[in-house]
Amino acid sequence: MTTTALRPNEAGLRTDGRLERLRLFGLSSPAMLLILVILVIPVGWLFYVSFIGANGEFSLENYERMIKRKSYVRIFITTFQVSVLTTGLCILIGYPLAYFMSQLPNRLANLCLITVLLPFWTSLLVRTYAWLVLLQKQGLVNQWAMNLGLWDEPLKIVHNMTGTLIGMVHIMLPFLILPVYGAMKAIDRDYLKAASNLGANPRTAFWTVFFPLTTPGLFAGSLMVFILCLGFFVTPAVLGGGKVIMVSMKIVSNIELFVNWGAASAMGVVLLIMTLVILWIASRFLRLDQITSGGH
Amino acid sequence: MASWFKSPASETQVTHGQRLWLYVFAVITMILLVLPTLIVIPMSFSDSQYLEFPPETWSTRWYDNFFGSDEWMQAMRTSLQTAFLTMLVATPVGVAAAYGLHTSNVPFVRMAFVMMITPMMVPLVLVAIGAFYAYVQLNILYTVTGLVLAHTVLALPLVVIVSGSALKGYDMSQEQAARSLGAPRWKAFFTVTLPQIRFAVVTSALLAFLTSFDEVVVAMFISGGDNPTLTRNMFNALRDQIDPTIASISTLMIFVTTVMMVLAQVFGQQRKP
Amino acid sequence: MTTQATEALPISVSNVTKTYGPVHALDDVSLEVKSGEFLTLLGPSGSGKTTLLMVLAGFTRPDCGSLKFGDDEVIRKPPHLRDVGMTFQSYALFPHMTVAGNVGYPLRLRKRPKAEIAERVERALETVQLGGYGDRRIDQLSGGQKQRVAVARAIVFEPRILLMDEPLSALDKKLRDQMQIELRHLHEQLGMTTVYVTHDQREALTMSDRIAVVNHGRIMQLSTPRDLYERPANRFVADFIGESTFLPVKRAGTDVHYGDTALRYSGDLPDTPDLQLMIRPERVLLSDTGPVEGANNFTATASDVVYQGDSFLLHARLQDGQQIVMRGAVRGDRATSLPHVGDTVTLTMAPEDTVLIDGREV
Repeated sequence: MTTTALRPNEAGLRTDGRLERLRLFGLSSPAMLLILVILVIPVGWLFYVSFIGANGEFSLENYERMIKRKSYVRIFITTFQVSVLTTGLCILIGYPLAYFMSQLPNRLANLCLITVLLPFWTSLLVRTYAWLVLLQKQGLVNQWAMNLGLWDEPLKIVHNMTGTLIGMVHIMLPFLILPVYGAMKAIDRDYLKAASNLGANPRTAFWTVFFPLTTPGLFAGSLMVFILCLGFFVTPAVLGGGKVIMVSMKIVSNIELFVNWGAASAMGVVLLIMTLVILWIASRFLRLDQITSGGH
Repeated sequence: MASWFKSPASETQVTHGQRLWLYVFAVITMILLVLPTLIVIPMSFSDSQYLEFPPETWSTRWYDNFFGSDEWMQAMRTSLQTAFLTMLVATPVGVAAAYGLHTSNVPFVRMAFVMMITPMMVPLVLVAIGAFYAYVQLNILYTVTGLVLAHTVLALPLVVIVSGSALKGYDMSQEQAARSLGAPRWKAFFTVTLPQIRFAVVTSALLAFLTSFDEVVVAMFISGGDNPTLTRNMFNALRDQIDPTIASISTLMIFVTTVMMVLAQVFGQQRKP
Repeated sequence: MTTQATEALPISVSNVTKTYGPVHALDDVSLEVKSGEFLTLLGPSGSGKTTLLMVLAGFTRPDCGSLKFGDDEVIRKPPHLRDVGMTFQSYALFPHMTVAGNVGYPLRLRKRPKAEIAERVERALETVQLGGYGDRRIDQLSGGQKQRVAVARAIVFEPRILLMDEPLSALDKKLRDQMQIELRHLHEQLGMTTVYVTHDQREALTMSDRIAVVNHGRIMQLSTPRDLYERPANRFVADFIGESTFLPVKRAGTDVHYGDTALRYSGDLPDTPDLQLMIRPERVLLSDTGPVEGANNFTATASDVVYQGDSFLLHARLQDGQQIVMRGAVRGDRATSLPHVGDTVTLTMAPEDTVLIDGREV
């Protein structure tokens, strides 16, 4: 190799390369522009506003209010309660169902998958409304329970925490089931055969081999559910009857009723930061695509 | 029958009998998952104010209520219009973005992808109030344009992810072959690649439509005046009192969703030559 | 389709370099392909042969270099304007079109009239022995048939240059051998300049007019198959093509010695500090009558004798411990008297078969 080798067309080729890369990247520019204008900039502005006090100057009062005022602290506690409970219930109900599906032959499994996905495709509002109707005093649940002798008087299972949880779990279940089911399907059957062969009884085989292999999917699903619960609005607003106040609802009322942009944006920022922190923690253990693909 | 209970159900030789509780539990759960949605449909035909099941008397009064109301009709129109427009805008923009990200070798592809999915990560309420403020400034509050833009932003991550994963599983050498045969990149995409990621593109379009059609929170803030959405009005009605008309609207929404899904299946099928 | 030997284009590659970070996929490569020639780029994986083909096709943009098809500089032309036919390792057939749809695709792009397209498609299919297959779907075809459709599609628009990227690597041995001959015939019939990429040296030797052996992004040697086999330029080429053992030899002026034995050799004496004797197994003979007058003789002890039906392999150890491998035919008189392990044997090489090479690692 000579040190004075010819390099014909070098500049031209470099330009061609740059142009092509630019053109291809440019295909994503409309999307990025839209997201920038409609989302990033306004949220950025909200971030700024959260630091503006009632007097129009820089202040931390919006954030202090969240720590000092009892009503605000209540709201955060409630939000966490609902999120944790919903996630926990989803795991308890969803994991066995996913396990059941993973043990079925393909055709039956697909059929069950449809029942899991069906609520997905139905409007959130419609499902929330359906529970509202089912859970009311003279609603179906009370009727059937009383007919079956489960309880004598109509229970108040809506317009409170119970109703909210029922609704939230119903909405969130598919988000947990799908990644867990995916993880389960991916487990090589041979592992279980090996476990049996080595002397494990079914229960041991399950807890020492099968379950650990599903943890990434379980983790991804739980995370997804938890994050969704934190910011959720519609279901608690309708089924909570005003008694279950979540952060999102307070943000809405702050704008609608009080036009208090400072308070609302501060709460929103806190919500956003909580979400990002959780996602960051998750990214230490999972790839980002695992979480996003868990949504379908 | 008794022997079935004793037969092994899996590699670990646990029997069906031992698993019976699981089967029962699973079936009950699945019924509960599907029940609420389905039950709204017959209840919407009940004559009573209290939406009973099974309906004692059947009537279509709640549907008449809905179709007879100018307000509801306007809302329905706005929702359908917005959803279709969102689908028409979000799908090409999202597919183009997915293709651009997939084929360009720029180092900040990762960053761009993260930016694309931010609408999924930011709490919806925040997006809603942000858009509200921005639209007041831009003077597009309560317009269909504004709605479509906001819903497009919400739908974009879904479109990008679904089309993106289809592209990942696709053999790009086919596009190369088309180009070697004389097709410029865009032609190669439309004649060779697109027909093969058809299903993903149609699914993305469906997701975009449904995202817009079902959307409540953002619509609550930026739709109204002459252009309230169906969901916005429904939500307000729910907060006030349980108007049974909602049951009929719900059924209609389920109907619209089902129709769209069927159409998606029809258009999404890989056409055999 | 008319033979286009007069219309086939020569290819001129000059100073092409392609780097990926610190790695030189192509290192100042220059190459001339004659008009109508069948040239093979042969090398192991990662050698740069496919990268070079992709540069010719326009899918890989080099850091620098000049590329001429005939008199036209095409290095900055996008792939769809280069008018070359190309086949891919995975065939890259379009599953959503029929065979005729695939083969007709380049003609539709060139806006030819329908009747003309139908005729040319059928002719192309006949050329690859798939006449009448136009209506078949791609998923109905076997591997060999898919290969042929890919070729038909690449030649239907009568390009003057054909590029082939390991087209036969996915086929089983029998089919591969058959297709090699068919592709060679096709080349003779159509006469277009063909650049062929493979890692299979036997395939290269069978099909090519000339072979360029590629390694580490550089061309090790560009010669006819015969020259490559008989007179490899360096150790890498000698090793890659055919099987050989190598013995280090010493040189004084024009005299070459292996140990004490003076060697009678033919061909050039490479100028290198690391001179080696290349021993092709089939060029070594087993002498029953002791040292042969006028040839190079080696006394060795048989360490392994392997009967292989049509031939036998003899592994022998020389006095200094070096191993030689020799292959001999098994004929009537041989059949009962193969050497035994431990026997002392005399191996001879005729001077014409004694080749010295540059043994340096390249």
